Amino acid sequence: MSDRRLSVLILVLLCSAPVVAAEPVVQHWAYRPLGTTPAPTVSPLAEVKNPIDRFVLRRLETERIVPSAAADRETLIRRVTLDLTGLLPTPAEVDAFVADTSPAAYQLVVDRLLASPRYGEHWAREWMDLSHYADSDGYLTDQLRPVAWRYRQWLIEQLNADIPFDLFTRRQLAGDLLENASLEDHLGTGFLRQTLSNREGGADPEEFRVKQVIDRTEMVSTIWLGLTLGCARCHDHKYDSLSQREFFQLYSFLNRADEVNIYAPLPGEEADWREEVQAYDQKRDKLLAPVAAQIDKLQDRWETRLLDAAAHPGRDHHWDRIWEVLGLVWGGNLGEGQLEGWEIVKRDRRLRTQEEQDRLRLYFLSHGERIDPQQFKELKLDEWRNKLQKLRDGVTWPTRAQVMRQARVPRQAFLHERGDFRERGPAVESGIPAVLPPLTAGSQVDRLALARWLVSKKHPLTARVTVNRMWQAFFGTGLVRTADDFGVRGESPSHPGLLDWLAREFRDRGWSVKRIHRLIVTSATYRQSSRDRHDLAERDPLNRLLARQRSLRFSAEQVRDVALEVSGLINSRMTGPSVKPPQPKSVSQEAYGNEWKASPGADRFCRGVYTFIQRTSPFAQGTTFDVPSPGKTCTRRERSNTPLQALTLLNDPVFFECAQGLAARVLQETHSDDESRIAQIVKLCLSREPRREEQKRLSEFLARQRWYFSGGDPQAAETAGRVAGVAAHLRAPDEAAAWVAVASVVMNLHEFITRD
Amino acid sequence: MSDTTFLATRQRREFLSRTACGLGSIALGDLLARDGLTATTGPRPFEPAAPHFSPRAKNVIFIFMAGAPSQLDLFDPKPRMQQLHGQPVPASFLAGLEDSLIKGSATVFASPRTFKRHGASGLEFSDYLPHLGSCADDICMVRSLHTDVANHHPAQLIMNCGTNMWGHPSMGSWITYGLGNAADNMPGFVVLLSNSGHGVDGGASLWSSGFLPSIYRGTTFRSKGDPILHLANPGGMSAKTQFSRIAAIQDLNRLRQTRTADREIAGRMASYELAFRMQTAGQELTDFSGESQATRRLYGLDQDKTRWFGSNCLLARRMVERGVRFVQLYHSTWDDHSNLNANLKTNCDMTDLPAGGLLRDLKQRGLLQDTLVVWGGEFGRTPMNEVRRGNTKGSEGRDHHRFAFTMLLCGGGIRGGQVVGATDELAYHAVEDKLHVHDIQATLLHCLGLDHTRLTYRHLGRDFRLTDVGGDVVGKLLA
Repeated sequence: MSDRRLSVLILVLLCSAPVVAAEPVVQHWAYRPLGTTPAPTVSPLAEVKNPIDRFVLRRLETERIVPSAAADRETLIRRVTLDLTGLLPTPAEVDAFVADTSPAAYQLVVDRLLASPRYGEHWAREWMDLSHYADSDGYLTDQLRPVAWRYRQWLIEQLNADIPFDLFTRRQLAGDLLENASLEDHLGTGFLRQTLSNREGGADPEEFRVKQVIDRTEMVSTIWLGLTLGCARCHDHKYDSLSQREFFQLYSFLNRADEVNIYAPLPGEEADWREEVQAYDQKRDKLLAPVAAQIDKLQDRWETRLLDAAAHPGRDHHWDRIWEVLGLVWGGNLGEGQLEGWEIVKRDRRLRTQEEQDRLRLYFLSHGERIDPQQFKELKLDEWRNKLQKLRDGVTWPTRAQVMRQARVPRQAFLHERGDFRERGPAVESGIPAVLPPLTAGSQVDRLALARWLVSKKHPLTARVTVNRMWQAFFGTGLVRTADDFGVRGESPSHPGLLDWLAREFRDRGWSVKRIHRLIVTSATYRQSSRDRHDLAERDPLNRLLARQRSLRFSAEQVRDVALEVSGLINSRMTGPSVKPPQPKSVSQEAYGNEWKASPGADRFCRGVYTFIQRTSPFAQGTTFDVPSPGKTCTRRERSNTPLQALTLLNDPVFFECAQGLAARVLQETHSDDESRIAQIVKLCLSREPRREEQKRLSEFLARQRWYFSGGDPQAAETAGRVAGVAAHLRAPDEAAAWVAVASVVMNLHEFITRD
Repeated sequence: MSDTTFLATRQRREFLSRTACGLGSIALGDLLARDGLTATTGPRPFEPAAPHFSPRAKNVIFIFMAGAPSQLDLFDPKPRMQQLHGQPVPASFLAGLEDSLIKGSATVFASPRTFKRHGASGLEFSDYLPHLGSCADDICMVRSLHTDVANHHPAQLIMNCGTNMWGHPSMGSWITYGLGNAADNMPGFVVLLSNSGHGVDGGASLWSSGFLPSIYRGTTFRSKGDPILHLANPGGMSAKTQFSRIAAIQDLNRLRQTRTADREIAGRMASYELAFRMQTAGQELTDFSGESQATRRLYGLDQDKTRWFGSNCLLARRMVERGVRFVQLYHSTWDDHSNLNANLKTNCDMTDLPAGGLLRDLKQRGLLQDTLVVWGGEFGRTPMNEVRRGNTKGSEGRDHHRFAFTMLLCGGGIRGGQVVGATDELAYHAVEDKLHVHDIQATLLHCLGLDHTRLTYRHLGRDFRLTDVGGDVVGKLLA
């Protein structure tokens, strides 16, 4: 072994040694402070819309490559509308933009899109991928989380309001610890509630709690720092200067937070529920008065046994099991904090809130029989339970939300050997990896300190990693291609000066996400044509130099949304619980006990962001179009191209219904000749006029379909579907069926699901 | 170089930059060389690729018995348990155990089944499995497996994806990623499901492609109804309408491609072509009319209780014949916490005859030497009766057990007619040739000509592999 390799090995073994100090000469680029290089000067003839272009053009000039011309106006408005809102421009919007050649026209479109409420719906999806949002627990029982959507709603609202990214970060990681925390602050911690919960009988609750904290630690490091700490969970990181101890130091910040649900009134629910609760309190006390003393006594005994089992496992396996079950089933199918039951029992009764006391009492009345079966029967406690439940059900409680709360009793973190929860090594205190600047001295070392540190000016990672993900969203690839890895094994940025300039613009000018989005989409670099160029095929096949834009296949949600949009079926509702669009039964039957009952009425036609996510049997159309597994942080989606996608667009009844909707719409709206109807279908779907040869091919196809369906084809009525009824003047189902076929052809084109 | 070729090359280069130097450097030249040949056909989703070394098997049929079948009542007879029946487990077995399920409180539950030796090898099978027993001389019975956790879903993830964390690729994804697929009209990794009441615990996470590109995800295929999701034409559309629809789509895509030179369009057109071929191939695959009466009986298609699993077994053979690389059959659930004797019979009655029939049919057609068949679940079951309300005499069950369980291997590359490993007298712990799930995975990949340490993918800054950081090829299992 060479001396160099030996010394590296020694460094790795000395896990807590600050490796940077030992190798002061070369600091990895990503850990260095943000550079201050101003935007370079470029040829005066070059197309410069803002400083971004100077960085890109300078590089192209040195490589002697000319940038691509701007995309045509139809393409441009389609691109920027899709990128900012996830939806298509209407034909009227396209026409207006094409007609308005004033210099401010594009800027106005961008402003309109950034102000659209659809912006938040589109961009929330990124944070749902990052936090691996779902509407169920995961694992075998995969129970429901009926209020998980509150976090999604919070995301949409925060993004629409352009809440500064530093506050957005503090709210997600430590909203509960902010001074005078508002409901909005608390709701942000829903971010940390997207980890999985195992409620399977026999699971060790502590094992899965440790797993959740590990998951949160990895989320924080991947999303904000671009560091892949996952390896350091089990051993010192082989490449980056991170020790296992440092992993658990970060872990420690998050280890002291508990999962709880809170009442989080929606607008309209705020009115006097507290008064109603007061009335309920009185009614409850009155109701239970005859047995309250006996129940209290029994419950005291029950709690004592539970605490004894918790403190002395193995003494009595029946009570071990009863304790364990409390830790597993508490709040199941309501998405409540799983270990809250344990925490309530552990808490001195006098310190419990009335709500905690109530919920524990109900649990006791349902599950506490073993403490004294005889008395349970004599007192008819099951009947009292039903009465109490009925009383509770009569109250209009506000909608709840999943949040985090600081643990009431500080929880010590340990270094877990090989990441195994059973192997408790030395105790570990919260701290920042030595390779990065330390926390501000003197501040309280808690989650809020971590959140503040992440968005402080001390270290450069958060700003770099975040603007890089933005770039990736607009160009398909980040300036750093490995969006999830800014460590030494990750790739270096293609334009280091631009990355740092953008990061500064972001960090030093109020952390406005919309401001950076505006900067990017108004740059000439962004507005270039996406056409492949033969002169670049060998020199820059991956478009790292940005001499053109790139064509990108839509995300799964966009594929769905755009189909619904052109069909006119889309439901523009912007809030509320997740919905279940129709899909074959077989999809949910693949998992243990899931059921998928399609939502009724217009709920079937909500945008994809609102689709219910069941972890063990995800929505099939999403999976087919690369929605990532809802079990793991995803910083960059695949954009695959598979036959299953073709089968979905061709044959999925949902998409076929959209084709029927589109046909109906065009037959109703455009009461003229075939040619203008075909043109309208193309304009709605592709945001442009059909070319002559396309018009011709579609006319031929229409003629052939008419011929197929004429003569009373019994299938015509079925194909026509909803069109038959809508277009009253078109009595003949065969005519309607032919138009459905035309609509479906256009909705299957590559161009329809691509933004150029 | 045509546009199409260019696309294929570029995608592969981008893709290969993520693969480890091992596979990448070997396969790169190979793939680039083949680019010249694929110029007119467009990229295929699963270009076959060269293995690391000469393989012993080409395909895998993995019969995953979800829920954990009881090794004590099927494969690992323990006469000593008859003497200990009803007594607490001797303390010596429990020393040092820290398992949340096994608290040592329950009493020994001797198997109600009888065992019989089969074939020249004399492998022992329970009387519930006469048909698998009749293939004893081809089967390698591994009795000494152990795993890391005793909950279904995490353990199923370990068996299928090598780790109990979500988001990792499953074995079928790794294998099709490494070897591609030899079938022209079918995906390379197909999943078939059957059950006796409940679906599979882990659901789609078990056949996920994780961080690998999604073309490697397992495609679920059904023996009833639409074999693949959305394979049937929609809304009363006839075959001729469908054909003319696809023809128009392809023509319009081609017009666009000619005008814009967008190379991605070629890929989209290839997908539509394959989708159209799959519509025919899928129907053809599920059409058993060409199978003889004898074959149908062999798979139990003539009986109600065996028809579902039997159809899946026959489909598995037909897929392997057509070059599908990895066929996985899930049957659930074997999770017999109570009424084990009766429930076990239900599942054995559904699956034993078809599974035996599959092995015999593969053998008589000469397919077994190239096809590796695996039979097993995610862990084993306890030697004790589970303490659970209602588990009185006659309705006993067994709890989850991660320290010892049995798996069967057969065919391509495996030495049949042998038992590998042994457990102690209660089958509590593996005591001889103790094998971890990763060892089995390493051995499976080895049979396919893949070195499990070299089949890696760069993700989050690290080279990941199926066997995580463990696994050794087990020489004893190999022919």
